Amino acid sequence: MADGYRKIWLDGLWRNNQALVALLGLCPLLAVSNTAVNGLGLGLATTLVLFLSNSTVSMIRHLVKPEIRVPVFVLVIASFVTAVELAMNAWFHELYKILGIFIPLIVTNCSILGRAEAYASRNTLPRAMVDGLAIGLGFTGALVVLGSTRELIGQGTLFDGAHLMFGEAARGLSLSLGDAWPGILLAILPPGAFIGLGFLIAAKNVIDKRLSAPRAVAPVEAETGTQPAR
Amino acid sequence: MRHLNSSIFIAAGLLTGFGIAGAGLVAVTQQGTAERIAQNEREALLANIAKILPADVANNDLLADTVTVSAPQQLGARQTTVYRGRRDGEPSAAVFSAVEAGGYAGPIRLIVGVRADGTLGGVRVLSHRETPGLGDRIEESRSDWVAGFDGKSLTNPPAEDWKVKRDGGEFDQFTGATVTPRAVVKAVKQTLEYAREHWGELFAANGDTAQTG
Repeated sequence: MADGYRKIWLDGLWRNNQALVALLGLCPLLAVSNTAVNGLGLGLATTLVLFLSNSTVSMIRHLVKPEIRVPVFVLVIASFVTAVELAMNAWFHELYKILGIFIPLIVTNCSILGRAEAYASRNTLPRAMVDGLAIGLGFTGALVVLGSTRELIGQGTLFDGAHLMFGEAARGLSLSLGDAWPGILLAILPPGAFIGLGFLIAAKNVIDKRLSAPRAVAPVEAETGTQPAR
Repeated sequence: MRHLNSSIFIAAGLLTGFGIAGAGLVAVTQQGTAERIAQNEREALLANIAKILPADVANNDLLADTVTVSAPQQLGARQTTVYRGRRDGEPSAAVFSAVEAGGYAGPIRLIVGVRADGTLGGVRVLSHRETPGLGDRIEESRSDWVAGFDGKSLTNPPAEDWKVKRDGGEFDQFTGATVTPRAVVKAVKQTLEYAREHWGELFAANGDTAQTG
């Protein structure tokens, strides 16, 4: 049983990462990943919606007739997104203003409907909940990594505007390379998002290949010594 | 046929049920957050006004003393709310929100504070879609360009110098982005002209009734 959850986490965070493998939800991924904080904000909002919608869909899975499941799922997701949007407007007003249209657009993030349809409607509540969290955090991770990279290259800062999310105390979290870094504008502009995502996917593939390689090529394993003796 | 009918009604009934549940959730959340959201918006507006008008210019409740005007030719926006500042009952300042300038990539929404003597309290950018790194230096957090308007009026510099330097005027442009500052300078100048021409009627007009900020 515990093994099953391990697989859910591994799938959501890495093997079936919605942004890097399934390539779902690209619209918010590309548009909001211009800074790390924006990415984190939208990622967490998406995670919350995924968690709530997965849980609900799993709970009602026996109730919903197959022919109306898609409209019901859309209804469930849209209701939660609206609720989350209102809550963000109330408690993270500044961040809400920056993320703007992309919060209501979480409704159209296909990975949410995708998980409802492909996973939550066929699995038990605890599994669906964990899956929502795992998939959401995997998506958040991709957003934050892409956001940090673009922010660092394009603007020479990291976690700029952290106080919008964590309060004034977090102002110190923001790092800056100083004025010496000219900033490469391309990284902030939309093409930078596409290029960055391309590199991110490539990097994931390289890592996957490295991880599976040592088993095939024994000498490499011995040289690097990263694998413990069996 | 009978079977089809009943399945339609069952499906519709289920959908209705979920529709009601969803609407209920949204309504409850809306109830719970409405006050806080209104408060947030009020605070954000007050913070903006405080930046462009020193506290001692007006001593009335600006947010409760507004008039909505429509002068798209001069103020850019279809409707502009004017917050009327009074000091001991005398008109002392007007805050225009929002004035729209035609930017490079869409409207630039500005909040402009004008004092009774025709000088600018200040200008701030509310929202824009200018190119990051080029046109976005009109933002207060990116450069102090927008602070250059503080205290200016139609006689300082003279009206014919209300242009960017490239057009022979007084105001700096940005490297690689002339359209943006040119549009902002023009919008601010027109706002000053509007304020001069309509000052009396602005403050004589009956205020808006329900003001939600």
